[in-house]
Amino acid sequence: MKKKKEYVILKELLGSNQKIANEIRKSLTEKRILAVNFMSSPGAGKTTLLERIIEKLKQEYRIAVIEGDIETEKDAERIRAKGVPVFQITTGGACHLEAKMMAKLFNQVPNNLHFLFIENVGNLVCPANYDLGEHIRCVLLSAPEGDDKPKKYPKAFITSHCLIITKSDLFPYLPFNPNKAKKEALSVNSKLKIFITSALNGEGIDDLIQYFKYHFEKIEKEGTGA
Amino acid sequence: MHELSIVASLFDILNEKAKEQKAKKITKVKLKVGMLSGVVPELLESAFEIYKKDTIASDAKLEIETTSIKAKCKKCGFEFSPEDFTIICPTCCSYQVKILSGEELLLEKMELEI
Repeated sequence: MKKKKEYVILKELLGSNQKIANEIRKSLTEKRILAVNFMSSPGAGKTTLLERIIEKLKQEYRIAVIEGDIETEKDAERIRAKGVPVFQITTGGACHLEAKMMAKLFNQVPNNLHFLFIENVGNLVCPANYDLGEHIRCVLLSAPEGDDKPKKYPKAFITSHCLIITKSDLFPYLPFNPNKAKKEALSVNSKLKIFITSALNGEGIDDLIQYFKYHFEKIEKEGTGA
Repeated sequence: MHELSIVASLFDILNEKAKEQKAKKITKVKLKVGMLSGVVPELLESAFEIYKKDTIASDAKLEIETTSIKAKCKKCGFEFSPEDFTIICPTCCSYQVKILSGEELLLEKMELEI
């Protein structure tokens, strides 16, 4: 006779991703490496922003980049041209990076880094669900996308520490209202640290770098033996 | 569309539990999905239907309970359901708000045939 039994499980569906992410974060902290995850829709300017950040940071700090793309190594080649090691994850169709993809290439990442930047797959929805073990999660919003994005894609803004508004050099030509974008973003997540940047004219890049340096120094102190 | 990845994670848990209980079949799966979970219940259902074929859960019925967003103001203590994802206290306008529920993405229960 068939016997049916009901079990109460109460398990997080993304619990296994979270577990791997927590291990990666712990290991990075012990190595005193600050990891930053950049999320945005395609074309918001993640790669160009990273190029500017690397140019300014690489004299003083050791940097590596993890590039997530559905196909091609085009972004990886652009970053590699800046003279820093790049580790490519080609997801082959998947719209986001997951912690287990990070874990697979983690042993190739040098131990003596200061900064590990992760460029997620261009998508403002799915990456928001996956912790990759980063210390800081940044969401980018480019001026041409419009100032109403935070409420359309709340998860990306709620789970981020930092909002980087990009392409500020285009403000004069667009109906984008930076104050409205800031207000909307803060109404979804009041803890967001907000930067207005332009990779073309350099606005806000130094402030953003200061923010990353501040958190790097915090990790340096927190790391084991410190 | 990351619902298929999420269903893959769900099946990892389902398979493990079914094996543990030496179950012949999984007949029912109940999930709790919050409005702030970043997951669309309808897409989760479609992904489940695709994924379950030729598995121990091929006849399983999926039930999804969606939970609304509930929040509490840290300043004045007012409890409310934020509309339009505005996580600001409607009484005192404070941004210091704690989210009480709506972020869940849980496997709550499963029914096994043993």
